[in-house]
This record gives sequence, structure tokens and C-alpha cells, in this order.
Amino acid sequence: MGTQPHLLTVVTFLPLLSVAALLLLRAEDHVWMRRIALAASLAEFAVSLLLVRGFDAAEPRYQFEEFHPWIGQAIHYHLGVDGISLFLVILTTFLTPLAILCSWQSIQEGVKGFFISLLVIETALIGCFVSLDLFLFFVFFELTLIPMYFIIGIWGHDRRIYAALKFVLYTMLGSMLMLVAIVWLYNIAGTFDYPEILGKLQSGAVLLAPRTELLLFGAFFLAFAIKVPLFPLHTWLPDAHTEAPTAGSVILAGVMLKLGTYGILRFCVPLFPGAAHRMAPAIAVLAIIGIVYGALVATVQHDLKRLVAYTSVSHLGLVVLGIFAFSTVSIQGAIYQMLNHGVSTGALFLAVGMLYDRRHTHEIKEFGGLATPMPVLMSFFLFICLSSLALPLLNGFVGEFLILIGTFEHHHAWAAWATSGAVLSAVYLLWAYQRVALGEVTVEKNRALPDASTRERVILVTMALVILFMGIASPLFTSRMEVSTNNILLQMQRPQSASRPAAAPGTVAEAAVKERRVQQ
Amino acid sequence: MISLAAEQHANLHRLAPELHLCLFGILVMIVDPFVRPQNRRVLGWLGFIGAILAIFPAIHVAMENRGMAYNNLINTDSFSIFMHVVIIGTAALVILGSLDYLDGEGLQRGEYYALVLFAAAGMGILAGANELVTAFIGLEMSSISTYVLAGFRRRSPASNEASLKYFLLGSFATAFFLYGIAMVYGATGTTQIDRVQAALEDALNAQGHLPPLAILGLGLMFVGLGFKVVVAPFQIYGPDVYEGAPTPVTALLASAPKAATFALMIRIFYVSFGSAAGFWFWAIWICAVLSMFIGNLAALVQTNVKRMLAYSSIAHAGYILVAFAASTVFGITAVLFYLAAYVLMKAGAFLVVAHLGQKGEKRLEIQDYAGLGSKQPVLAACFSLFMLSLLGLPATAGFLGKFLAFQAALDGRDPRFVWLVVIAAINSVIGAYYYLRVIVAMYFWKPNKDYVPAKVAPALTAALFVAAAGTLYLGIFPARVLGFAKAAADSLLLR
Repeated sequence: MGTQPHLLTVVTFLPLLSVAALLLLRAEDHVWMRRIALAASLAEFAVSLLLVRGFDAAEPRYQFEEFHPWIGQAIHYHLGVDGISLFLVILTTFLTPLAILCSWQSIQEGVKGFFISLLVIETALIGCFVSLDLFLFFVFFELTLIPMYFIIGIWGHDRRIYAALKFVLYTMLGSMLMLVAIVWLYNIAGTFDYPEILGKLQSGAVLLAPRTELLLFGAFFLAFAIKVPLFPLHTWLPDAHTEAPTAGSVILAGVMLKLGTYGILRFCVPLFPGAAHRMAPAIAVLAIIGIVYGALVATVQHDLKRLVAYTSVSHLGLVVLGIFAFSTVSIQGAIYQMLNHGVSTGALFLAVGMLYDRRHTHEIKEFGGLATPMPVLMSFFLFICLSSLALPLLNGFVGEFLILIGTFEHHHAWAAWATSGAVLSAVYLLWAYQRVALGEVTVEKNRALPDASTRERVILVTMALVILFMGIASPLFTSRMEVSTNNILLQMQRPQSASRPAAAPGTVAEAAVKERRVQQ
Repeated sequence: MISLAAEQHANLHRLAPELHLCLFGILVMIVDPFVRPQNRRVLGWLGFIGAILAIFPAIHVAMENRGMAYNNLINTDSFSIFMHVVIIGTAALVILGSLDYLDGEGLQRGEYYALVLFAAAGMGILAGANELVTAFIGLEMSSISTYVLAGFRRRSPASNEASLKYFLLGSFATAFFLYGIAMVYGATGTTQIDRVQAALEDALNAQGHLPPLAILGLGLMFVGLGFKVVVAPFQIYGPDVYEGAPTPVTALLASAPKAATFALMIRIFYVSFGSAAGFWFWAIWICAVLSMFIGNLAALVQTNVKRMLAYSSIAHAGYILVAFAASTVFGITAVLFYLAAYVLMKAGAFLVVAHLGQKGEKRLEIQDYAGLGSKQPVLAACFSLFMLSLLGLPATAGFLGKFLAFQAALDGRDPRFVWLVVIAAINSVIGAYYYLRVIVAMYFWKPNKDYVPAKVAPALTAALFVAAAGTLYLGIFPARVLGFAKAAADSLLLR
């Protein structure tokens, strides 16, 4: 930790620095803009890997911490990562270069603004994952909105303006109420610093009345549930995805939706465990409805991109279920599934985007028998579909399996319902694949379509390798998550609810707070 | 004799910002006849220099000569000085932004700048008054100047209508204020703000309740002042006046007088009637909720950007009232910070509208903003920043203002405030729709081919740059200004 004191700040703001470089270019220099954006995002990825190298898997506290006063006494610039946020940061820095690469040809107008928006989103997303101050978190959380709004609204498809507005207004409704809750929490705890608030709640220095806790939980949860999106708050998602350009969908599905699940896991559950336990059955029911409903609706879509969008509703329902099963295994699975979903759904959107670049449509009936003209692209598409439907040895399997067995420990019925989602995912993905790729070529135009170009092959091969790697080498990831996952469960314990002396959780958090005081 | 001279000197010193403004206003009028019509821009620069120079004595007083002036009529405490800097700064910004507008409209005249300076002087007195009749004089000085300014486009019916409406309703409201003063005087035997406080506290101790006459007086004053800050239900005239007035004047009207009148409201409500907080709390609560809903819902359906911004300023007065209702030092701090943030973003936004209106203010509809992002990227980015700040997006001044308002309101953990803040939060989302719609037009719509806005002239560029930089500065590094606001609030309540 001592060796790289400002690494997190660098990782967070490096994309913003490249924005400055882009601003200096003339508007016509499209080629150089693409190159600079790609180089900057690759450099960012490389720098972020330093985090993995310096990360100590056995350390329960936040690492690479930075702590500076910002506004007044209560608001700090406080950054840090643990096993949960670490890989989400890497996921962000990994998907951004691919998003830039997939927009190489398809974005021809307003190139500068497009890449600037993508890089600003990257900064904001990383900022969300590494913020340990509620105020700072909120700032980054809101900052993700506007660039995505522009990406959907300017470079999107026909109904882009409607979709962009819907996306922003939905998210904002949740986040404004969360702001009220954050301020309310500050009035109770006297600080915006997340570890400090948690320490006070755990040690019993600050007590929340059950009703207050429920209201605060509700405000936080609503904001994150809209972002996930949890049924029935999901209606913005299909529109946003269908209308967004490919890169927008990749970032939106790949990373932005994880803000919701990450927020639930990081803030909702540890801060308000009583309310989380009380509400868990209701939330689990919503999650299961989401899993099944999302899958069923995906099955009947005739628009390929909309289909992929609904798979997100289904898959992220599973993640929420895993979190609210409150077992180490299921939470670990949920975290791993967040990464998997980012990679698999990101890859699905990339592949669908490649089809769109060729035919400028997402209609499934416009395709058919595509394996004949483009065998390479379609093979990779199949591989990605299999990853998304959780075939063993591929990444999706590990996450789903962990969630299901973790859930099964205490809640047999939940797990049984959730398993149906896994079955249905095979139905909609394979059926869609069959209609798109197999059989005779049904539309004459498709006969002459070119197969994957070198650029596209780079994207697809990278994705396939990561999918395979995450399926086989999952212990590399889960071992680094384990301590933090247990930490979340420890953080959920409160003195009055634990029958034995609450030494373990209290000391961990208090030690962390003290440690930081000493560092100052 | 020596002490008398020293006192005179201190008095003059403490009134120096107003004296500077008036002197330069008169100077502009005197020079006017000697300047050829085509060179009248010089008068604008003279006015601008006058405004800038008036800020320095304000800061100077802040450093070494705080205190009462003219037998406790004027109170130059940190609070007053904070407001002076905000008001005079806004006046300077508006003058800078008006230079090219007046050229374009063929209205380049000395009176304009002189009136802006006189209005600023009136507002300065308003912010520093420690005596109700003095406050009334300040109110009249600023109001009469702005009545004239609102009608400055003499050939435009809308401008004349705005001026007349503002004048008639404004005088009506002023009468309410004056009646209120009379009642308070009747109840307490004084018009001095701090003595009213002492008299009311004595009455409370002696009789166990406040004199009804004083409460009635407070109510009447609230009507008069509520009119000036344009909060619902006294908002009816606002949008018409804001829409009809020349746009740079609207930039002034929507920002500086609001700030100054809020300053006086704080003095009256917090200091004089601090002991009556129970009485006025619900009045403020209801006005805040009404202002937010009426302002935001009416702004939703506007297609004219100028009018939309007028309604949005009603909504913002509502947010300010949320912090105002808190009746704590923190509440004042939040109001002051909000006002500083608000004048920057609102004046900035109206100056952009003034530029895009072009000759005769014909281009005010949202369709005229279509494709501005590709026609004038820098101007569009600037306007987007003001919109996002008004919306309350983090990293802008508007967000921090709103955040502090929420924080101040929830500070006392009083359940009455929770609903107020939740309503404010929901209103922020309603507001998001119409602010974003302007951005939609600028960036997402196809450019309007037959309309090419003129290039932005250097003076206006400078004004917009200052407003935009200030909006970002207050949003990202608010600590310094927040410190000043806190000191100002302390100077008012902790004696």
C-alpha cells in the first residue's frame, strides 16, 4: 500500500486526462481521436492491473486507501478497494477499450464527443466503485448519467431521445431520494465517511430505530433497484439498450447495471441489516419474478438486441437473489456473476452490434442461416451464448452454480425457482441462435455478408479467452473476494442481535477507523 | 469633535460600496451627453469599472471596519458584506453581458448602466439595512430602477407590458411591506431590527405570547417580500415580467434582487422575529412547496426558453425556502451559498438566452436551439453547464446548493422537514425533464438550417466564462465560499 499511494486517484482520473488530450484535436482528426482514445483506455487497463498485483487477498480492510478532507469537516475524498470493488474496476477498464474498438467504424459523426463521453463514463464508474465516502459516491453515481444520456441520445437509433430521457428520469428519481437518505444518515451519524458510519452502527454508538432503518433502506434500495434493474422497475432498460449504440449498450449492461448490485451489496445490506433481513423475502420474490419474467419475455422478442436486454433482467435478478440469500457462497457467487454478466452480456452486445453494422437491423427474421456466409463470427456468437446460458467450464456456470447452492442452503424454494431461469436461458439463447445462424440463408442479401474483420476478430478472441479463463481459473478471482465477502456478512451483525459478544465485527471496523486516524 | 469626525469617517467607509455605485451611476449620466452615440459602449465600460471598484470597499470594510453606521441604520456585518459581493458581482456580470445586446437592439444608452448601478446600490442597502424604513428605501431604490429597466425596449409592447405590470403590482406589494412596518412599529415602538427582537422577547416574557399586531405586521411584510423574491402564491406576475423585459435585464431581475430581498427576509425573520419561528414556519413550508410545484410544473409545458427559465426561478426560490425554513445558522449558511450559486447559473443562463435571441428577441423558442451543439459547441457546452447546474447535477454549484439546503433542513431531525425535503427531491426530478429538454434540442435535434446565431462577442464571452467557471468552482471546491457563508451566518445570529 505504501508504495503506490496515489494509484487509485490515477486509475480514477486517467481517462479524464485523455479527455483533455482529445479536446485539443481538431474535429476532423477522426483517426487520431480513435487511436488516442484506444491507447488511453489500454494504458488505463494496464495501470488498473497494478491494483491486482498490489492487492493483498488476506487483508480484510480497504486497500490503496486515500483520505483527504474535501468540503468542511464531514466530507472527504476517501478512496479504497476491497475484493468486491477490485474486479469491478478491472471489468470497467477491460470493457472500455473494447467499447472503443467496436465503435471504430460505426461512429462517424461527432467522433470527438463520443469518445469523450465514453472516457468520462469510465472515470465516473471507477469513481463509484472506489468511493468510500457517501457524498463522493453520490457525485460519481450521478455523473455517470449525463455522458450515457448523450451517448444514447446522440448516437442512438430511432427512438433514442425517448429512451435517453426515460433512462435519466428513472435513475434520477431513485438517486434523489437516496440523496435525502444520505443526508438523513449524516444527521444521525455525523459523517459521510462510509467506514466510519459503519463502525458507529456496528459498535452501537449510533442506533437506528427500526422504522428509520426501514425508510433509509428503502431509499437506498430504490435507487439501486432501478439501476439493477429489479422487476418491476426494469422498464427503462429494454428501451435504453435497444436505442443505444453498441458501445453504449456494452458499458450500460457490462458495468453500469453493476452499480445497482454493487450498491446493494456495499451500502444497503451492511448499513441496514435489520431492514435487509426483514425485506429479504419480498425482494427475493421480486428477484425471482424478474428471473422468470425476464427469461419469458426474452423468449418472445423478435428484436435481437431487446432479447439480450431482457436477459439482463433475468441474470441480474439472480444476482440480487444471491445477495439476499445472505450466505458466503451465494454472495461470492453474486459478485462473480456480476463480472460474468459484464463479460458475457458485453460480448453478446458486441456480437449483435457486429450484425447491426452489416445489416442495420436487429430483427431476428432479417437474419437466418448466417453461419453459411460468416462462420467465424457465428462460431464466436455461439460460444458467447453458451457462456451466457452458463455452460460448465465457461464463466457463467461458476457464478450461477455458486449462487444456486448458496441459496439452496437456507431457501430451497428460492433456489428451485431460480433454477428455472437457468433452464429458460438455454431456451431463449439457443432458439435465438438457431433462428439467426442455422439452416438455409433466408434473406438473399445475407448471402454476401463479409465475415469478421481483423478488428472484430481481436474483440471476439479477447472476449472468448476471458470467458474461458474465468470459467477455468475462477479460484484466482474468488480467493481474492473471499475475505471481503465474509467481511460483508460480519458487517451485517449488530451488537443487540448477536447473542455472543460482538467482538469480531466491531474490532475489525474499529481497527480500520483507528488505523486511518493514525495514518493522518 | 475628533470623535465625531472619526465617526463620520467610519460611517462613510461603511457605506462606501453604495456611494461608489451611486457616484459612478451619476458619472455615467454626466458623461453621456458628451459621448457620440456610436461611442456609447464606453459608458458601459465605465459602469462596469464602477461596479468592480465598488466590490473593493466592500472587501476592505470586511477586513477592518465592520459595524453599525449612521446611528444603527446600516449594519455592515459579514452577512451584509457577503451579500454585497454577490449583488455587485452580479451587476458587473450583467453590465458586461449587456454591452453587445444593447448594440444589437440599438438601445445603447447611458441610463441603462446608471440604472443598473442605482439598482445595485439599492439592493446593497437592502442587504445591509438594520432598520425597516431604511430597508424600505433600499427596496424602492432597487425596484424603481428595475421598473424602468424592464421597459427599456420602448418599442416592444411586451417590454412595456412587463414594465407596467411590474410597476403596478410592485407598488402594491411595497405598500404591504410598508403597512407591515407600521404595524411592527405600533406593536414594539421601534423599527430597528435588533430592537424589535428585544421588544418581542420582552413581550413574550411578560405576557407569554407575542403581540398579535406584530404577527400581523410580519404577515404583511412577508407578502411584500414574497412578491419581490417571486415565491408562490405571489408569483403570478413573475413570468410575464421576466419574459417581457430585455433579456439581460431579466438576468439581473431573476438574480440580484432575489438575493438582496432574501437577505432582508433573513434579517427580519431570523433576527427580529426569531422568537416567532413557530408562527412563520408553516407559512414558509407552504410557500416552499407551492413554489416548487408551481414553478416546476409550469416550466414543464413551456416552449419558450426564456419563460421556462422564469418559471424555473420560482422553483429555485422554493428550494431556497427549504433551507430558509430550517431557522438555524446552518440554514442561513445554506441560503447564502445557494444564492451565490444561483445568481451565477441563472444570470449565465439568461445571458446565453439574450445572445441567442438575436435582434428583436425573436429566437426564444426551444426549436431555435436545435443543433446548437454543432453550430456553436462552446456556447452550447456553457449553456448545458448552466442547465445541469440548475438541475442540480453533482460537480456543479447548483448541486451543492441543493445538497446544503437538504442538509440544513434535515439538520434538526425534525419530521416536519422530512416531507419537505422529499418533496424537494421529487421536484428536482420534475425539473430534470425540462432542463434536459433544452440539452436534447441543442444536441439531439437536427440543426435548424435557416437560423445561424451570431458569433459571441468578447465581452459576453468574458461574462459567460466567469459565470461558468464560478459554477464549476463552487461545485468542486466550495469550501472557501462556504466558509464565508458560515462566517456571515454567524455574524448575524451569534452576537
